[in-house]
Amino acid sequence: MRCQPLLALSAVLLLSACNIQPWVKPYERDRLADPIMAWDRDAISGAYLDHIRESREGSRGATGGAGGGCGCN
Amino acid sequence: MARRQRIFARAAVIAALLLVRSTSADVLPDDRADLFYSKYSGGGMDITGESATVRKKFTENIAVEANYFIDKVSGASIDVLSQASVIKDTRKQKTGTIEYLHDKTTYTASYISSTERDYVSNTASFSLSQDMFGDLTTVSLGYAKTNDRVGENNGTAWVPIIDWLGYAQTSSYTGGISQIITKNFIAGLNLQVITDSGYLANPYRSVRYLDSSNPKGYSLASQVYPDTHTSTAIQVQGKYYLPYRAAVTASYRYYTDTWGVVGNTVELDYTHPIRNLWILEGRARYYKQGAATFYSDLFPFANAQNFEARDQNLAALDNYTLGAKATYAFLPDGWKFFKRATVTLDISRIRFNYTDFRNIKYYGVPQYPPGTEPLYYFNATVSQIYISMFF
Repeated sequence: MRCQPLLALSAVLLLSACNIQPWVKPYERDRLADPIMAWDRDAISGAYLDHIRESREGSRGATGGAGGGCGCN
Repeated sequence: MARRQRIFARAAVIAALLLVRSTSADVLPDDRADLFYSKYSGGGMDITGESATVRKKFTENIAVEANYFIDKVSGASIDVLSQASVIKDTRKQKTGTIEYLHDKTTYTASYISSTERDYVSNTASFSLSQDMFGDLTTVSLGYAKTNDRVGENNGTAWVPIIDWLGYAQTSSYTGGISQIITKNFIAGLNLQVITDSGYLANPYRSVRYLDSSNPKGYSLASQVYPDTHTSTAIQVQGKYYLPYRAAVTASYRYYTDTWGVVGNTVELDYTHPIRNLWILEGRARYYKQGAATFYSDLFPFANAQNFEARDQNLAALDNYTLGAKATYAFLPDGWKFFKRATVTLDISRIRFNYTDFRNIKYYGVPQYPPGTEPLYYFNATVSQIYISMFF
């Protein structure tokens, strides 16, 4: 029963989402399309750096860019 | 080498996912080939990595990518110098990835196989990325399954004797949202839950306990880890296009796991292009974590707890990183069948500080009683150079 309001809210959001008009028009996205705005321009390099960190830290994951190679021995 | 391959496989999976995310789902990325060289020096270890990647679209909807990575480890960290011989090892990793684009959805499947003499790891992963809401939102979901075989070299670096200790399995679940907020600002949210089971300890690291019968005042023993581990990490990030052509990125990550480790990470990045020839980047990162519940630098006696660890990864620590990166387009207008090509140099300097992990490498008799040795710290330098050719 406690889930019903959440389900209803989710349904409303999903239905309304179908009618969302993009508030940033495609012709306004030239800056966002610039390579400097990519989350990670070099995935292999980013993955390598994340790997080094994960080999030395207790934390892992959700970096949105991973990286590797450093040795735990 | 325990844990290293597992981490590397996970990193490769995330790289594959990023490849999808970074492209927006409407079109697959350009064909490209990359040659990559890296060097890590720090904490007594020297590691070089070499990698080659080729990516090719066969149709507008299907692309495949192959990567070969080899890294060579030499030297010995503080743990090894405390108890064992130096390390010399080579790891080879092969990755195959296929992507399929359908409408606004990109599906990615990959397989990673990694071997070194004391560790074998295989990972299969699947992810998808979907553009929605007028292409203002990109949602990514991913799953990866890894099976590892964990061994220990009880011989020498040159004459290895491998004892196989057990197996480990890892499942990784990822979810991410990238949201256009304004024409200058994009935000992202990433969540990753990882579960491990099996042999999870690093066999090359030991616990130490007070032992009056030993002239050093302490003795070493094998670590005992729980055989399950679940971690949750969530990251928020934002990227802003400045009034002039440059971008600034900020991110924060919160991490927690069932071993009691809690970590916080903040990172800032500034990217500045110069005409269409250079892209310069500077970054700063700070990380801090608390120790695992079963971690101790020095246990009061042998077998003091059911689970015992003295792995520096599980100690209380912080570290900070300063990094710089420069990308130069040396073929900005293309050459023969290459559309363009770039060369990139990336250097990072990292300082690691441990607040409950002591340096027992040089001490023990009789300068410092056990538990009063200086706290351990070290600096590391990470260098990368790579050439990317787009065709």
